[in-house]
Amino acid sequence: MAINWFKYSAPSSFYALAGKLIPWFAWPAGVLTLAGLYIGFFVAPTDAVQSEAYRIIFIHVPASILSMFIYLVMAGYAALGLIFNTRLSSMMATALAPSGALMAFISLWTGALWGKPMWGTWWVWDARLTSELILLFLYLGFISLQASIEDPRRADRAGALLAIVGSVNVPIIYFSVQWWNTLHQGATMKLTGTSMHIAMQQAMFTMFFALWMYVIAIALSRVRSIILEREKNSQWVAELKEVGQ
Amino acid sequence: MNSMTIFGLVRLVIGRDVKLAMRRRADVLTILIFFVMIVSLFPLAVGSEVDLLRKMAPGVVWVAALLSSMLSLGRMFSADYLDGTLEQMLLVPQSFSMLVLSKIAAHWLMSGVPLVLIAPILGLQFDMPVESLLVLVVALLLGTPVLSMIGAVGAALTLGLRGGGVLVSLLVLPLCIPVLIFGTSAVSAITEGTNPLPNLALLGAILLGSVVFSPWVAAQALKISME
Repeated sequence: MAINWFKYSAPSSFYALAGKLIPWFAWPAGVLTLAGLYIGFFVAPTDAVQSEAYRIIFIHVPASILSMFIYLVMAGYAALGLIFNTRLSSMMATALAPSGALMAFISLWTGALWGKPMWGTWWVWDARLTSELILLFLYLGFISLQASIEDPRRADRAGALLAIVGSVNVPIIYFSVQWWNTLHQGATMKLTGTSMHIAMQQAMFTMFFALWMYVIAIALSRVRSIILEREKNSQWVAELKEVGQ
Repeated sequence: MNSMTIFGLVRLVIGRDVKLAMRRRADVLTILIFFVMIVSLFPLAVGSEVDLLRKMAPGVVWVAALLSSMLSLGRMFSADYLDGTLEQMLLVPQSFSMLVLSKIAAHWLMSGVPLVLIAPILGLQFDMPVESLLVLVVALLLGTPVLSMIGAVGAALTLGLRGGGVLVSLLVLPLCIPVLIFGTSAVSAITEGTNPLPNLALLGAILLGSVVFSPWVAAQALKISME
């Protein structure tokens, strides 16, 4: 039996599929968030060194991991769209960018909140902080480039090229920042303590999957809006129930 | 045109762009004056303690070079785009990437080289020692072409867009951070008594990498922008 692998690469069929998939990601996201926050706030023990303030890592660490991961996924989709000229891949890249920027921002924000009681300062020019900030700039550059191009096809392809150049540059930036830092100042504080408590690990992983599910759900609903916007003149959009007269 | 070798094309494009720039010398001078002014603003803003200035000098010169190269990026392709020359350039039988590389080289000759030449004088104002000045010049010689090349990608992507000038800085500046870091580290290595060569070597590696990839990427970006 021949499987039609490309059935869902057509925006019209993916629109319906995405609509069916969203609840499957949105509900787990909500449930896992509640579970993760419960474990994080009530089950996980107080840290010996950092007392209660450490609990912000249950949001901080998952958001940081996702901010980097989403950039790679976004650049991958953008590259697919550029190379194979598939419209849907480019739309996915566009849909992922705001979530990635949000995760980078949350990661910086929660990092600052954690840094104030721990390091005594909101911000240090540490290698990790700086490279996360640059990642946020890269997201903002991608979003504003696409926003300022009116023709969606050109926006897709220009954004894709920028995302690819960015992803090539990310390791270079990362290492340059790391070397620059170690050249000039001593090691900043690392997470103290030995291995992590099991409840802390559980809380962190639960929150990671919760945020991951959230990003998938929100990206799918965003891509549905993008599909509707771009295909607004086509027949199948006009026949949709939810598109009122 | 068909019989022209690739080097003939490179010579032709560089010669043309340099000649065009020399007909409008004010543009070149504006960038140079901008560079000098930015550098001169720092002692006024942070105070004129010699120790502090000497420490800041490499960073100040590099940031000013970065900003002035942003200023001239808009002009790299826009004039040729507006009068239709760029479309004709797309049709040349020789490699379009080489043509873009020649345009980048011409841009560097007109905006990068003057900065490199005037940087030692500005360094003297900040009381930099002679060895540091030498390293600064070498680092700028290796680094400013990279700024032109990364900038070319940004300029090509934003060709003909509203508010392209601000947008191009937003796209290009984060990508230029490695150049900034290695460029300033090379100079401060001298003052710290370590060897500046590793940082210069990394700058050279970035330069070689950009020579290979950026003309091609910029050429692709130009093709996207001109569809």
